[in-house]
Amino acid sequence: MKDIIRVAALIVVVSAILMFVNAKLNASGGPSAKGTISVYNWGEYIDPDLLKQFEKETGIKVIYETFDSNEGMMGKIEQGGTSYDITMPSEYAIAMMAEKDLLLPIDLEKIPNIKHIDPYFLDLAFDPNNKYSIPYFWGTLGIAYNPSLLEGQTFESWDNLWNSSLKNEVVLVDSAREVIGMGLNSLGNSLNSTDLDELREATDKLKKMSPNVKAVIGDEVTQLMVNEEAAVALTWSGQAADMMYENENIDYIVPEEGSNLWFDNMVIPRTASNLEGAYAFINFMLDPEVAAQNADYVGYSTPNKTALDLMDPEVTSDERFYPDEEARDHLEVYKNLGLEMLGHYNELFLEFKMDMK
Amino acid sequence: MNNKPLRPLYIIPYGAWILFFVIAPIALIVYYSFFDLSGNFTFENYQNFFTSVYFKLTISSFWYAFLITFFSLLFAYPTAYFLTKTTHKQLWLLLIIIPSWINLLLKTYAFIGLLGLYGPVNAFLEMTGLGKQQLLFTDFSFVFVAVYIFIPFMILPIFNSLDKLSPALIDASYDLGANTWTTFRRVIFPLTLNGVKSGIQVVFIPALSLFMITRLIAGNKVITLGTAIEQQFLVTQNWGMGSTIAVFLILFMFIIMLVTSGSERGKTGNGKVK
Repeated sequence: MKDIIRVAALIVVVSAILMFVNAKLNASGGPSAKGTISVYNWGEYIDPDLLKQFEKETGIKVIYETFDSNEGMMGKIEQGGTSYDITMPSEYAIAMMAEKDLLLPIDLEKIPNIKHIDPYFLDLAFDPNNKYSIPYFWGTLGIAYNPSLLEGQTFESWDNLWNSSLKNEVVLVDSAREVIGMGLNSLGNSLNSTDLDELREATDKLKKMSPNVKAVIGDEVTQLMVNEEAAVALTWSGQAADMMYENENIDYIVPEEGSNLWFDNMVIPRTASNLEGAYAFINFMLDPEVAAQNADYVGYSTPNKTALDLMDPEVTSDERFYPDEEARDHLEVYKNLGLEMLGHYNELFLEFKMDMK
Repeated sequence: MNNKPLRPLYIIPYGAWILFFVIAPIALIVYYSFFDLSGNFTFENYQNFFTSVYFKLTISSFWYAFLITFFSLLFAYPTAYFLTKTTHKQLWLLLIIIPSWINLLLKTYAFIGLLGLYGPVNAFLEMTGLGKQQLLFTDFSFVFVAVYIFIPFMILPIFNSLDKLSPALIDASYDLGANTWTTFRRVIFPLTLNGVKSGIQVVFIPALSLFMITRLIAGNKVITLGTAIEQQFLVTQNWGMGSTIAVFLILFMFIIMLVTSGSERGKTGNGKVK
């Protein structure tokens, strides 16, 4: 009995100490009058210096957390228990979140810097009139490859990936819509296809590629490409930019049959507790100088027209990362296909992965 | 002994733990497995599980879990045996246990570097004249890393049962004319079978649901039930299907527990009767 009392007392004392330390830590975070905002972003998707600059300029403390998939992020916000003020979903996820009533409408009056955004990126189909979202970055899906490891193989077409000279060389991204989408594109179909026959055809075609597939992985692909352990990768433009920054041999191309054009936008989820802080953050990120610095660091393409003039012209005129409008019209944006279709895509993807032996 | 009337109270923390952290989660998993995406009651998930994709998935999960368990046992038994013969057994044992304190992901990432095309393993292979091999993203590296991760859990129970084995029994066996092999087969191995069985349990069951290293080391060329559950919950958001796979995983685990513990009871019973 004595032991139990002793243990109970110990727990109380330890909890009290932890609470005290917690309070101290929170208090030491500078002037809390302006409060804090919590930002929930993709990994490696912001220049950390900008967060410090924002804290200094506004006196608002930033709590920063990261996610690695739209679905994981949505799940966390939907379950509640979080208090994120800002998050950066992709276009189809924004449509899904709006549908589920997970987002707060944005008052554009409070974001004067929106005037810097290229009108091309405003009022898009997934969020008419930018009711819920403000552009952050955009990019494409394509093929990163290292010509020095390949004997003259080029990638004008998706079909080149099926070439028998690429045995065990191709790294794919571990994501159903990207891989099945590639199969659909290579057959000339839409990557938003919901036609079961088209999807079956795409999966069967992908299965023929399996001898060429080295691995199906996530962000680890950057390191593999940089170290020249892999020669070809299906990847996003910004990730390719990271690879090219570290290894000059690498090149990036969007195949001619078309591919995915995507947008990641800033939204205010329903869980937000500091609306003023959230608006201040969005406005700050749209500041041309901030946007230019951020794009420079992250490597993805900025929708900020004024920022483009502040950046290295060599980057902004690079058609691989800033395709012109005509080239963009050739690309396709993901639509929210609904959970049932997403499940079907994933089942086909699983079937493809099972077949890779 | 004035605390006697309090004794029933001691069961409360244990009972609450079992209720909240064992029974309730399993009940929830079973409950969710009967609902489809739009929240209607359905048996569709179970029908779905018996389609070819998931059936193949189950078979391949079992195959890899079997390989991992088999090689763990193959290396763990002799290791445990020699450990009991060494003078500083506790120290050696500690050295085997220490790596299991390091985070699993960290160890896995270390292997990406080690097994890479320009990693030390390939540098060694090149030096010996074998030339560079593609090690990462192969079945070999997957089983190798998994065995490395699980082997301490196999060594420990076997070591314990070997350590408890009375040397007198072995001496008796020799005195009665048995040679080394017969002694091992008829005396040592049967008496340590319990350790082997619990080793198999703690390796086989988690090996069935491995998921992170299937992606990092095997590049998703090996898919286990664990990967499928992760996908259903995080990507597809089909909690019903994810739960259904989990229900089957739990069932498989039950069967394995029954197989590895049930037969032993029967054996001692028979032995005594005869």
